[in-house]
Amino acid sequence: MNFFGLFKRSDPLPATAPVARERLQVLLAHERGSPRNSNKMNALKEEIIDAIARHMLVKPEAVKVKIDRHAEVQILRIAVDIPA
Amino acid sequence: MAKVLVVTSGKGGVGKTTSTAALGAALALNGQKVVVVDFDVGLRNLDLVMGAERRVVYDLINVAQGNAKLNQALIRDKRLENLALLPASQTRDKDALSEKGLARIIKELRTLFDWVICDSPAGIERGAMMAMRHADAAIIITNPEVSSVRDSDRIIGLLDAKTEKAAKGERVEKHLLITRYDQARAMRGEMLKKDDVLDILSVPLLGIIPESEQVLRASNLGQPVTIANPLSAPARGYNDAARRLMGDNLAINVPLERFNLLGRIFGGRAA
Repeated sequence: MNFFGLFKRSDPLPATAPVARERLQVLLAHERGSPRNSNKMNALKEEIIDAIARHMLVKPEAVKVKIDRHAEVQILRIAVDIPA
Repeated sequence: MAKVLVVTSGKGGVGKTTSTAALGAALALNGQKVVVVDFDVGLRNLDLVMGAERRVVYDLINVAQGNAKLNQALIRDKRLENLALLPASQTRDKDALSEKGLARIIKELRTLFDWVICDSPAGIERGAMMAMRHADAAIIITNPEVSSVRDSDRIIGLLDAKTEKAAKGERVEKHLLITRYDQARAMRGEMLKKDDVLDILSVPLLGIIPESEQVLRASNLGQPVTIANPLSAPARGYNDAARRLMGDNLAINVPLERFNLLGRIFGGRAA
């Protein structure tokens, strides 16, 4: 028998700690993967793709975007397959 | 060989200053030479929690700027001769602490003490970065509460990026100290459990300090809780944490208040 069970309320409140744990895990997984400039990088990525789309018709799958994150720098690589 | 510790958390009000004072006193009670250094320029409070607020003459910035000698600014504790305090400035601008001046002070403190415990200001601004800069090890103070855990995670990232050790490609040793823990509420699912916090932050646990009225009582008196009431649950938690820092291999538990029945009957307070 659980010692703390002796003091259990007759109508216990629902446990909220598991919700806290879950929310933190989701949030921190996101924050750890996003260095300070990541919003800026994502905005830049979208504007570059928009600019390409204004000048030529490319299929969405022909645009490959990759952000490499290193300790000191981030590298934004954009590869666009342009039909000959 | 002296060790420089930073007591940090990101979030304010989780117990950095209380823990700095309590751990400093506990290490001193265990025979170590200790200095506690207040980095909260403009909002100093370690002097008040240590009961030395009326003895401050010179401060960290006076020494950093060369206007006072280190031994003029160090305040020897009246209860423990091997415990000292280096107070922060209450009036100066927080940018008045120079990198160079600080490096010189830390170097000198290393020659005088076994432990240099830096009490960080809250936040992630310059003061907090200065407090962690020269640290060999960090004690991350976390309450079992979502905003505190998130901020601790952020601080852990900064310890790996912004310290002198990180610049040399080394790692700052990290220890987690969970404070204001309520075992009964954690068991009822009302509060994050110690293991939840450990899983999320992945930092080894230094100790657990239970929520206790003794902590406020001690700060009212200007005494570290490890001096004010060494047998109380939080004091035993801090003392165990101090001994783990010294290398003792103690099993981690949640210290509980020992109720003194006779004391209660005769009107005294429980120990």
